[in-house]
Amino acid sequence: MSDERTISFTLNGSKRSCRIRPRVTLADLLRDQLDCTGVHLGCEQGVCGACTVLVNGRTARSCLMLGVQAEGVSIRTIEGLAGAGGGLHPVQQAFSAAHALQCGFCTPGMILAAVELLGENPAPSQAQIREALSGNLCRCTGYANIVSAVGRAAETLRETRAPEATSGPEAAGGSPAGGAENSRPEGAR
Amino acid sequence: MKPPPFGYQAPETLEEAVYLLGQYGDDAKVLAGGQSLMPLLAFRLARPSLLVDINRIRELESLRHAAGRLDLGSLTRHRTVELAGSPAVPAAITEAAAQIGHVAIRNRGTVGGSLAHADPSAEWAAVTLAYDGIIVARSVAGERRIPAAEFFVGYLTSALLPTEIVTRLELRLPDRPAGSAFAEFARRHGDFALGGVASVLALAGDRSVRHARVAVIGAGARPVRCQAAEAALVGREFDGAAAAAAAGAIGPDLELTGTDSGERRFRLQVARTLTRRALHAAAGRAERAVSERE
Repeated sequence: MSDERTISFTLNGSKRSCRIRPRVTLADLLRDQLDCTGVHLGCEQGVCGACTVLVNGRTARSCLMLGVQAEGVSIRTIEGLAGAGGGLHPVQQAFSAAHALQCGFCTPGMILAAVELLGENPAPSQAQIREALSGNLCRCTGYANIVSAVGRAAETLRETRAPEATSGPEAAGGSPAGGAENSRPEGAR
Repeated sequence: MKPPPFGYQAPETLEEAVYLLGQYGDDAKVLAGGQSLMPLLAFRLARPSLLVDINRIRELESLRHAAGRLDLGSLTRHRTVELAGSPAVPAAITEAAAQIGHVAIRNRGTVGGSLAHADPSAEWAAVTLAYDGIIVARSVAGERRIPAAEFFVGYLTSALLPTEIVTRLELRLPDRPAGSAFAEFARRHGDFALGGVASVLALAGDRSVRHARVAVIGAGARPVRCQAAEAALVGREFDGAAAAAAAGAIGPDLELTGTDSGERRFRLQVARTLTRRALHAAAGRAERAVSERE
């Protein structure tokens, strides 16, 4: 019995459709069929946060969603975060500048959690940053630099978003203002 | 860590969903937010032959304030309640919602899913008991209204039948100026609570307690409303001694769990401390509510 079904959704700004069985998690769909290997699978039981993606702009653990549940939604993974020219997103830029990654395994989830936070709260406190990242585990225990990177990204984004900002573009690493909303066409990787 | 094979249906109406549950009974599982069911599938602790995904039944996602009542559709996400920002949603409810897991979990997890899972440390259980909640369930046989006191039966066990879906949680709000608070303790942020307390206090014009609710989660095999603690509060003015008396009255009804007497004592102590904290916070808010009315 083939129980495959066809689903259509938006992945990093591009329309996609594929055939999958219901038992395939969203994480496995993204990794195995759509080459989004930046979706890291740590625990596959909703504990580590490494597989975090944005579903309609909000973080979700892709190991706790089924691929079939992607029908009709918009998904953004770490692959869809950089600007069209390949310039890093301000949050990615800040992670690099603040040495916020060591082995890099938790990084995609951390960055997407930070993107959601900064979309809702442009000036988070240290405590709010820590709360927002609390569902993402880093086993290199590089939390201090991760928290400071998010604070740094918040500053950059505030400068680039403010209409009277004068020092935005170079700090944002060449990404246009509001880079969070930019998408890179599929296949540009 | 991959889910076992299962059939999958994502109906768009409640009627279709309850029909499927009626057909499959125990062999079907309702998939709401998936924040508990998906790990259970990954561990193969659950092996349903059919998953009934209710995420397309939009009518189940709602937050409505009606006279003296707050109605939460079963598919309402924790995060929606946390960020409701409405004066109609009491503080204890937003505080409880905000302490469930982590943001990504609250974005997906649902009120009804939490209730149906009946974890003894679930924040929604405390809210449900503290607001004399009624869990509304539907099956092909019709609608059933289950009072909170009868809903939580035991560890991961509720009064819900396999053929029923939770459609709504109705919370009854006090009809006089009231304050509320939720306090919990966990070893790490977002972990399952080792204890949690929701409290509601309504005060009369002379500042005496007219209505009190104290509900405890995480201490025993099921969440409980502590009526002895409430009785220790009603009729007297709220102060530190009243809070201590209420906290001291907690104990026999908790059905404490723990591998030894030390752990049980610890859980009792946590519940009592959280009771005092929640009551003090609720009393401060109730006091302000009375002042505003005057």
